[in-house]
Amino acid sequence: MYVAVKGGERAIENAHAWLAEERRGNPDIVELSIAQIREQLALAVNRVMAEGSLYDPDLAALAIKQARGDLIEAIFLIRAYRTTLPRFGASRPVDTGAMACDRRISATFKDLPGGQILGPTFDYTHRLLDFKLAAEGAVPQAATRDAGTGPVPHVADFLNREGLIEDAPPVDTPPPDLTREPLEFPADRALRLQALARADEGFTLGLAYSTQRGYARNHAFVGELRIGSVPVEMDIPELGFAIEIGEITLTECETVNQFKGSKTEPPQFTRGYGLVFGQTERKAISMALVDRAMRWQELGEDDQGAPAQDIEFVLAHADNIQATGFLEHIKLPHYVDFQSELELVRKLRREAGASQLQEAAE
Amino acid sequence: MTERAYNFAYLDEQTKRMIRRAILKGLAIPGYQVPFASREMPMPYGWGTGGVQVSAAVLTPDDTLKVIDQGADDTTNAVSIRSFFQRTAGVATTTATRDATVIQTRHRIPEEPLREGQILVYQVPIPEPLRFLEPRESETRKMHSLEDYGLMHVKLYEDIARHGHIATSYAYPVKVEGRYVMDPSPIPKFDNPKLGNMAAIQLFGAGREQRIYALPPYTQVVSLDFDDHPFEPSKADHPCGMCGGTDSYLDELIVDDAGGRMFVCSDTDYCEGRQAAGHKGKDAA
Repeated sequence: MYVAVKGGERAIENAHAWLAEERRGNPDIVELSIAQIREQLALAVNRVMAEGSLYDPDLAALAIKQARGDLIEAIFLIRAYRTTLPRFGASRPVDTGAMACDRRISATFKDLPGGQILGPTFDYTHRLLDFKLAAEGAVPQAATRDAGTGPVPHVADFLNREGLIEDAPPVDTPPPDLTREPLEFPADRALRLQALARADEGFTLGLAYSTQRGYARNHAFVGELRIGSVPVEMDIPELGFAIEIGEITLTECETVNQFKGSKTEPPQFTRGYGLVFGQTERKAISMALVDRAMRWQELGEDDQGAPAQDIEFVLAHADNIQATGFLEHIKLPHYVDFQSELELVRKLRREAGASQLQEAAE
Repeated sequence: MTERAYNFAYLDEQTKRMIRRAILKGLAIPGYQVPFASREMPMPYGWGTGGVQVSAAVLTPDDTLKVIDQGADDTTNAVSIRSFFQRTAGVATTTATRDATVIQTRHRIPEEPLREGQILVYQVPIPEPLRFLEPRESETRKMHSLEDYGLMHVKLYEDIARHGHIATSYAYPVKVEGRYVMDPSPIPKFDNPKLGNMAAIQLFGAGREQRIYALPPYTQVVSLDFDDHPFEPSKADHPCGMCGGTDSYLDELIVDDAGGRMFVCSDTDYCEGRQAAGHKGKDAA
């Protein structure tokens, strides 16, 4: 006997309670603190801040804890929180040339003013499991050196002096705001960069990789990759000048790309640009490659039909919160639509069967 | 209980104003998709964020809200959205179609005819009826502005040539007031005739796709068809097993291991109302 299923409400409450229990895991094991996540899972925290578009390591750590380590879920929590925050205004553009660099490398020059600083990188670690980490213990102190006091100029500026790289003059028009205006096409570069800065790391990586493998290939040199902190300044109307309101860590990547010239542009190097919250260099490099690929039209390059060149395709699918929501919504009941499909398929099969019978008889 | 930390119905007043403007524009140009700056909501995209934002923008403290998914008030996502508004707006809720002033729905139009003063809010996954014929938004917007719907007619014609029927059973495209081709959201085509000339206001919200569109009361809505292949609403050819109704949309249930089936109204309020009035189907206890 059929009884209408009631109690969705109870089921949801129970599911939430079970989820909370699973999140905590075995209560005999010490609970993770927000500070532990912030300090020891810092790269996860950085990714959540970057794709969540909110610079707050403690909130990102809380989101990671609440999401049981599912970073896209954590990013979602941060985004949903972010939209409820009031807006006081916009900061001044940060000056990455004045960055206090923890890391700064150039793949295009062996040495350069400001020097090459490896910083805390996985790059030259051998990927061998370090079983010592399974046991708790103190970490030996890393060697220190006084930070250089000289400026760390951008590599692209050196090339620019010779006119070898395309000029990137400052633009005065305020950038559009993706979070306050609906995304509309064509999207200008500021909007594209904004979308890429919060785009899914995996998606951006895959697209960037595809350009390296020949889908809109545009050989990229890492002109420069720098990670460090920059002051954030804001104009305060009552004061009439800008004051520093805090400091954030950024990863900036500028690529230098081959360019043989086109109908409209002389042969010169061109640029791709990536700027992301926190230490997130895989994302920043990927972003720079995809940015460069999407610039084909303004540089008079051919449309190769490559995914990374397709601005509408990239921007419409790069946001993991949109993507995961829509992907996962197919878990919701669809039996009304399925029922109408059932009716249709049955009808088509009936008619196909009838016409086959008729053909056999003829 | 209202959670005080948030504004009435969750969204801040500036955001609501932005959404109301989009709604008003939508009502002024029936069937036209108005871009709006959809917000990230505390539920996932694809789970009704467009409908929730539209409902949040139209709800007032005096409203009575009904939320249905697949026609039913008790499906999990309907329960979840209803409790969201109970928490954030503290509005009265109901399962009775006639008592509601705002009805948020996913995939169905209630069986009971709506009246003036009611608002029906649809959750829309893909607002663009031309999307599966042309994936680019820049192209489809152009096609709408030029009223270039040839591609859609060719698609429907090809269906007939191949299958003998238009092979679309839900989200069946309609033309609004002879101008815009519109996606009615994934309602079964059984519901399409209810769209036109409806006394209530119909609002469509697509959160992820950042679009709102609308049908003011008594708008002409025509399901696309051909003279020699007229539109046909369809449903399972059975009476409801619980209330015996023959004119409501039915869900098919598998009731035993041998594949035995029964058919019941998808609109739970309608079915319960009929049962309370003494109607009885063959499977009713």
